[in-house]
Amino acid sequence: MSPIESASRHTISILVDNEPGILARVVGLFSGRGYNIESLTVAKTNEKENLSRITIVTTGTPMVIEQIKAQLDRLVPVHRVRDLTLEGEHVERELALVKVKGSGEKRVEALRLADVFRAKVIDAKNDSFVFEVTGASDKVDTFIGLMEKLGLVDVGRTGIVATTRGGEAI
Amino acid sequence: MKPEESATTGADLLVKALIDEEVEVVFGYPGGAVLPIYDSLFKQNRLRHILVRHEQAAVHAAEGYARSTGKVGVVLVTSGPGATNAVTGLTDALMDSIPVVCLTGQVPTHLIGNDAFQEADTTGITRPCTKHNYLVKAVGDLARTVHEAFYVARSGRPGPVVIDLPKDVLMNKHDYEAPKKPVQHKSYRPQVKPDPKKIEQAIDLIAAAKRPVFYTGGGVINSGPKASKLLAQFVRMTGYPITNTLMGLGAFPASDKQFLGMLGMHGTYEANLAMYHCDVLIDIGARFDDRITGKLAEFSPKSKKIHVDIDPSSINKNVRIDLPIVGDAAHVLEELIRVWKARQPRTDQKALKAWWAEIEKWRGRNCLAYKQDKETIKPQYALERLYHHIKDRDHYITTEVGQHQMWAAQFLKFEQPNHWMTSGGLGTMGYGFPAAMGVQIAHPDALVIDVAGEASIMMNIQELSTVAQYRLPVKIFVLNNQYMGMVRQWQELLHGGRYSESYMESLPDFVKLADAFGAVGLRTGDPAELDGVIQEMIKINKPVIVDVLVDKAENCFPMIPSGAAHYDMLLGPNDRAEKPVSEEGMVLV
Repeated sequence: MSPIESASRHTISILVDNEPGILARVVGLFSGRGYNIESLTVAKTNEKENLSRITIVTTGTPMVIEQIKAQLDRLVPVHRVRDLTLEGEHVERELALVKVKGSGEKRVEALRLADVFRAKVIDAKNDSFVFEVTGASDKVDTFIGLMEKLGLVDVGRTGIVATTRGGEAI
Repeated sequence: MKPEESATTGADLLVKALIDEEVEVVFGYPGGAVLPIYDSLFKQNRLRHILVRHEQAAVHAAEGYARSTGKVGVVLVTSGPGATNAVTGLTDALMDSIPVVCLTGQVPTHLIGNDAFQEADTTGITRPCTKHNYLVKAVGDLARTVHEAFYVARSGRPGPVVIDLPKDVLMNKHDYEAPKKPVQHKSYRPQVKPDPKKIEQAIDLIAAAKRPVFYTGGGVINSGPKASKLLAQFVRMTGYPITNTLMGLGAFPASDKQFLGMLGMHGTYEANLAMYHCDVLIDIGARFDDRITGKLAEFSPKSKKIHVDIDPSSINKNVRIDLPIVGDAAHVLEELIRVWKARQPRTDQKALKAWWAEIEKWRGRNCLAYKQDKETIKPQYALERLYHHIKDRDHYITTEVGQHQMWAAQFLKFEQPNHWMTSGGLGTMGYGFPAAMGVQIAHPDALVIDVAGEASIMMNIQELSTVAQYRLPVKIFVLNNQYMGMVRQWQELLHGGRYSESYMESLPDFVKLADAFGAVGLRTGDPAELDGVIQEMIKINKPVIVDVLVDKAENCFPMIPSGAAHYDMLLGPNDRAEKPVSEEGMVLV
């Protein structure tokens, strides 16, 4: 066993029965065993079979990551656990709603930057905008960083969703 | 959906489902929320209900029943305090992988979340201490849920499952749904058959070993008696040494020359040194618990490790494994034997001879030695005499937790699986007595003995009333040193002999206590009387408490102090640790 294994970030996709308590089971497993959750998204994705998909971003040494996956996999309502980070190429996206309040030059600058980031204006008032920005997390981070100087008042983020590249389902 | 004419109430459905799952005994305690179930039980005679005196004891009794029979133990408790009292037992069953289905009452669905009388968030509370749990919200789901719960409890790595049953669900009517066999669960399908390639690789490693050791645990027991037979067969085919964990005792006959005894914190010198010096470690159904490994960085540093486990999350959890094999112990052993026979490998006889010579040298240290004098009974002596008198009878041993438990593991010999029940993972004081009740229910004619300490036995002493009611001739063999012995031992070794709160003040007179419950009490502190007392205990066909007054200051050796490596063992009172226990070690329990 190598003590100098370093921690890395993994995106894990979990297919579960859409039943009460499943999210508590997954989250409880992480808190009970001392694992990190950096991002968590969950929604029903398969109406016919009543399945939900949970996407978790976590960090840990290879041994910890392996443990996390094994622990998730043995939960009874879990159908499949896949480590997208290990399985090669995948895409990750996040959506944020960013509210900016201001007037004059700052307001114009916010609108211009939004255009650069291909953020959509989904609400506008005389002294505020709500932007919808989508992209990889670092793009969303950057956009929010820029808005901070331009009157940022509120942010809502979805957390990461991800899927593998190519034609295969998880 | 409109229920048919023939529809039955949820409670009746439940009883029917339990009978279809071949349940014979339910350990339980009634209360408001489960009254409909108790009414259904009243109207039938297929299921036997054992009324315990505390819900924790119901779960331990079900565990004892399950461990001694291989069947699923069943518990029935009411909502709120009934469920919360069961939590310790459920956690115990989870840690030791014991199949238990626990039915808990719940307030009616329309009151859930209202802080109703005797309401508790049972599924919330038991989520981390069960393998799985269910809240049944509609009577139409009830029968199917019960069948699924039994499947989950017994399949893969077994464990406790809770079914929370709101009272209205128990009273509503619906048609019965019989279990589908074989079960095809939509998501839970543990792998039982090993990957054939890995079996070949394992045989390569095992055959080429120069200093091999088998290290096997509760997984072999849980796999069923066949796994133990196969284990003995394979171990004898190879001629290699074998050690068992506390949970694995009985999987390999203790009287066999190849058996090194238990390993770990209070394991034998030869077993622990074999683990340290081996070059191939063959783990079957053991999980590298911290009581086994000691200091992780120095655990078996020179070995290639094979780990057979039905639970992939046990593999590579604490210790890096070179060859993981996911599968059920019996299936894996069957394959190992088949391939070994087919290939007839030539093992390195010269190296193995040298390895055994080294092991014999360690054995020669006689690490379990103690000195018995004429004055006071040594606890080890009491257990040796106990074993002498029971070894030719059909007997089952349970224990509480502490020094007596370790001595029992060291000094009683376990020749077959499912005859030894002890709380290994959780270390639950109060486990042994109710577990013994469960064993006695399953094996009415066997000699069932709870080896206890005077502190542990007090934790579920109320069950004397249960054994009296059902005339269960359970024997409680108390090694009474008037201390929480293991706490006292650690205080002596690690805390400067400051015996903070570990002295058992105001103990009851156990003989009178037994008498008060209609049991028989015996007492001795005289080594010369001991044999006679044990024989008398065996002869009495009633519950018996034997109060054996033993040496108060005796410590349990050998001992690997916490945080130390396998070679750093204390062999006896005259053995001082090379260096005082490190601060790192002090933090460990």
